[in-house]
Amino acid sequence: MSVAAITVPTVTHALAQGEDLMEKISVKNLDFYYGDHRALKSISVPLYRGKVTAFIGPSGCGKSTLLRILNRMYDLYPNQRATGHVTLDNSNILAPSQDLNLLRAKVGMVFQKPTPFPMTIFENIAFGIRLYERLSKSELEDRVRHALERAALWDEVKDKLGANGLSLSGGQQQRLCIARTVAVRPEVILFDEPCSALDPISTAKIEELIDELKDDYTIAIVTHNMQQAARVSDFTAFMYLGELVEFGETTRIFTTPSDRRTQDYITGRFG
Amino acid sequence: MNSGLYAKRRRRNVITMGLAYGATGFGLSWLVVILAVLLWEGFSGLSLSVFTEMTPPPGSAGGLLNPIAGSLVMTVIAVLIGTPLGVLAGTYMAEYGRYDKLTTVVRFINDILLSAPSIVVGLFIYEVMVAQMGHFSGWAGAVSLAVIVVPVVVRTTEDMLTLVPDTLREAAASIGLPRSLMIQRVAYRAARAGMITGVLLAIARISGETAPLLFTALNNQFWSLNLNAPVSSLPVVIFQFALSPYSDWQKLAWTGALIITLAVLALSIVARILTAQRKTS
Repeated sequence: MSVAAITVPTVTHALAQGEDLMEKISVKNLDFYYGDHRALKSISVPLYRGKVTAFIGPSGCGKSTLLRILNRMYDLYPNQRATGHVTLDNSNILAPSQDLNLLRAKVGMVFQKPTPFPMTIFENIAFGIRLYERLSKSELEDRVRHALERAALWDEVKDKLGANGLSLSGGQQQRLCIARTVAVRPEVILFDEPCSALDPISTAKIEELIDELKDDYTIAIVTHNMQQAARVSDFTAFMYLGELVEFGETTRIFTTPSDRRTQDYITGRFG
Repeated sequence: MNSGLYAKRRRRNVITMGLAYGATGFGLSWLVVILAVLLWEGFSGLSLSVFTEMTPPPGSAGGLLNPIAGSLVMTVIAVLIGTPLGVLAGTYMAEYGRYDKLTTVVRFINDILLSAPSIVVGLFIYEVMVAQMGHFSGWAGAVSLAVIVVPVVVRTTEDMLTLVPDTLREAAASIGLPRSLMIQRVAYRAARAGMITGVLLAIARISGETAPLLFTALNNQFWSLNLNAPVSSLPVVIFQFALSPYSDWQKLAWTGALIITLAVLALSIVARILTAQRKTS
């Protein structure tokens, strides 16, 4: 194998020395079942407040499954269950008493494919805000504008807020979905392969956005793209066959992984 | 390459295509003949008096105002009864009960109802309404038509909601939207055109139904919108007039048939336009 083929992706973030880390979400001994199939095996991993954590691994390793537990999206489907502990600010979100709508308002999600609602651009954003807050017209307009600015979409849509959300390009639709998520004022944002349906320019914009958003939110991102993980994340978790193989600072995972499988994966020997 | 084999395949292709075109042409030609006769016979009787005068006794001039009005009123009531029931049942099947056994059972029964002969529906309503009330009535007619509307609307509502991608439901859930709101504000909106099309098709279906009305609304020679009494309707008048020996009644029957056909055609065109809009948006 040539040397070029095993180039390790360049890491752009490094933690400041002695920085205090707070666990926003902590996952402990988490198992997940699709019917009888055990898709996740005793996963334990923290998500630190104000940091970006990337989940990488080959297809079917369970990284999206893990992400969908953090907002209990799996509850929409039958025969799926999770056991173990997942806490958000020290309260157990797997508890049956957990109010799912409130949890999801706190833990937002951006999906692989852009999924704007079949309504105007303005309504796409305002819809979520109105669910939990009663605002005057001008306050609402401010919030919509702010959310669109946060998602770096305002300049492109400010003259056509009344247009259907579906009329935008794929990259714009994905930023609209990010704006929609941000508008609800979540504390955590989950990104499930947010760029896999986008062109390189849109991808760069979304990555930039994630970098800006982490000042205010705790972020988890699932990605197939190791360069992307290296570019946007502070921490990286490598998963394989339903297990968490290795978790650590992105710098370390990409330079001196301690597990052989991690090393093989990030150097492109499999996956 | 075996050229004999290829030539054989080409020959077979020509024959199959010829048969397919032949069958299509045969089927369509009957439709064209039916429509042509209908237009020929119906148009000559079409005049303003058809829409302004009552059904006449044999031998005198008249129109179809009372059956047109009766049909309209009973159709509207049938749709008002049938649509909410159908939409709610379809919503249960596609959204709340998608993975339940009950949904499979309901779908099976609904499919039977969908293909049940309408005369059976007429007899059923005769037993539960006409026989109990002691007289034929417009209400009974409207309810029997509603029984035909329900399975059509159930079916299209379920189908159209099932076509709404799960990713949209997940996106709605991901901002903390409760399921009821997700259905009302997101799923219905995405499936709206298809669901309206379903209702239009149900209207088209009942506007030609004769059998259930014969047993329920019967007929009324005079102007009456009293739904507690027999009410006239186009299909039943066509049935009665077409079988009569009087040529002026037969003429009116042709005209009535043309009016129903044009109404159904208009509904189908609107349904098509709506479906096309759904595809492009």
